[in-house]
Amino acid sequence: MKLLVCVSKTPDTTTKIAFTGDNTALDTGGVQYIMNPYDEWYALVRALELKEAAGGSVTIINVGSAANDPVIRKGLAIGADEAVRIDKEGSSSLDVAQQIAAYAKDQGFDIVFFGKETIDYNGSEVGAMVAELLDIPFVSYANTLEMDGSTGTITRDIEGGTERIELSAPFAISAAKGLAEQRIPNMRGIMMAKRKPLNVVAPVETEALTSIVSYELPPEKSAVKLVDPENMEELVRLLSEEAKVI
Amino acid sequence: MVLVFAESVNGTFKKPAFEAVTYGYQTAQAMGVSCEAIVLGAAANATDLGTYGAAKVHHVADDSLDKLDSQVYAAVIADAVQQLGATVVVMAHTSTGKSVLGRLAARLKAGSVPGVNALPVIDGGTFSVRKPVFSGKAFANVAINSEIKLISVMGNSMQPAEVGSAAEVAALSVAVPASKTSVKEVSRMEGVTPLPEAELVVSAGRGMKGPENWGIIEELANELGATTACSRPVSDVGWRPHHEHVGQTGIAIRPNLYIAAGISGAIQHLAGVNSSKTIVVINKDPEAPFFKAADYGVVGDLFDVVPRLTEAIRKHKQA
Ligand SMILES: Cc1cc2nc3c(=O)[nH]c(=O)nc-3n(C[C@H](O)[C@H](O)[C@H](O)COP(=O)(O)OP(=O)(O)OC[C@H]3O[C@@H](n4cnc5c(N)ncnc54)[C@H](O)[C@@H]3O)c2cc1C
Ligand SMILES: Nc1ncnc2c1ncn2[C@@H]1O[C@H](COP(=O)(O)O)[C@@H](O)[C@H]1O
Repeated sequence: MKLLVCVSKTPDTTTKIAFTGDNTALDTGGVQYIMNPYDEWYALVRALELKEAAGGSVTIINVGSAANDPVIRKGLAIGADEAVRIDKEGSSSLDVAQQIAAYAKDQGFDIVFFGKETIDYNGSEVGAMVAELLDIPFVSYANTLEMDGSTGTITRDIEGGTERIELSAPFAISAAKGLAEQRIPNMRGIMMAKRKPLNVVAPVETEALTSIVSYELPPEKSAVKLVDPENMEELVRLLSEEAKVI
Repeated sequence: MVLVFAESVNGTFKKPAFEAVTYGYQTAQAMGVSCEAIVLGAAANATDLGTYGAAKVHHVADDSLDKLDSQVYAAVIADAVQQLGATVVVMAHTSTGKSVLGRLAARLKAGSVPGVNALPVIDGGTFSVRKPVFSGKAFANVAINSEIKLISVMGNSMQPAEVGSAAEVAALSVAVPASKTSVKEVSRMEGVTPLPEAELVVSAGRGMKGPENWGIIEELANELGATTACSRPVSDVGWRPHHEHVGQTGIAIRPNLYIAAGISGAIQHLAGVNSSKTIVVINKDPEAPFFKAADYGVVGDLFDVVPRLTEAIRKHKQA
């Protein structure tokens, strides 16, 4: 099976978010970058497991600048065979999707993997976009994926329940918790990653249909109001009369 | 025209659909255009969408649309958008909406913004919407520059408002392509409001010590009519089902009331709950970081405090 995993770079989950002067860009001072957890822990590892079981190859792809190379190398260290970087900071989700689709179009990938969302933009839309551009089915929020030949069975969470879906490759999925277990790269993987190919590809021409105008931080929370643990009647009164939520 | 894709659950329209219609209606009012809705497959109470502002409901009544296939849905909705000349398309940011929005954007070559939580700001030629980013730690104002604009609305960010009466439902004729996927099974819990739609949530963490102690959490939730949630370690070790896990790697929720007992308030946990309107934290450690994000705090042993709170709510309901 020929597998493609789309990986993005995001600020670490503990990052304190601040913006530069005019609130138009993230203040990157002191920000640690990681591979988007859903891409790394679930999408990439499940792709590797399928390759280990049935043979084939795992390619990772990222749309971004050379600053992303350490994150891409980590994907190779975890076990991907080769990497592709489309040399452009994506201007929007659709731009990123168009870049990925332009590369993947004639390559005959059986499954294209995504994370369920990036933890910075929280879009959960790139996967659906790529699937549409490649004209293949897409199942989001997959918790399990089993392959039997070219037939896939996926379970996914829906509001208040689960859904089980069957489909044939080629298809695209986005990965949520449960799809696989995180793998930590070992020394051998890290050494081998240095020799694996990382191909830099020129971007295709696209049009920017959305643009981020500005960022805002949520209003400061006022200090917590402490309630005597012996007096839960008072808490109920506050929730009912002050917060008006019950 | 603003077209709202209203999704049903087993043919019935519920809160997410009403919120999306409310959003579409208010957007249409601001633009001085009409708001209409499109529904796919079984649609028992489609006329109700009129109550929330849909002047007309377009129904594509094909049995194959009873089950979601994002590829088919996107093809059908894209066709309708073009037939009806819609310039703004609104849907709920649910598991269905998330699978459809991006496909529609790629298909129509239209700008999309997923998960918006406020009405658009329309100023001359610019149209921008606000969405949470960095897992609720900030908001981005995003301008949509294309002629057709696509939006999915975050749950609980619009209060459904009754503004009209029963809508006229008319069949819409569009080609429905064959599905390349087959939904084998759908299982839903009966009688519980799904977490993303819940207005009241009671959540607990490692401070519970073990799964056998969850009775007090369930009693509190029952008394309130709330849905239960949990922190990640609790679902990781199987004390609670994984669909209850909220936070960065679980689901993000924004209920009116979030009560957290025995949860420390790690940044990754807060990422999933910090948009809640009111947060109550019960923790025996006064230094627990969660108190910084809380509106009301109770420093105490949850095994005493939670049953007392349940009792106080019971009395409040009787009064
Ligand atoms: C990349 C990443 C993603 C993550 N994603 C998530 C996520 O999505 N969701 C999530 O929840 N976590 C997530 N985590 C884990 C997170 O960092 C914390 O470890 C986790 O939230 C802690 O869970 P907890 O609060 O239940 O347990 P603890 O941190 O152990 O806190 C237990 C709390 O209970 C209190 N307590 C103990 N006994 C009592 C008592 N008798 N009465 C009252 N209070 C008591 C203690 O004072 C303590 O504050 C993630 C971590 C990483 C690195
Ligand atoms: N710049 C990028 N390069 C490669 N893949 C990406 C990029 N951005 C997003 N993705 C993929 O798309 C998924 C969803 O992203 P988003 O729509 O931003 O939430 C991510 O989990 C990645 O798998």
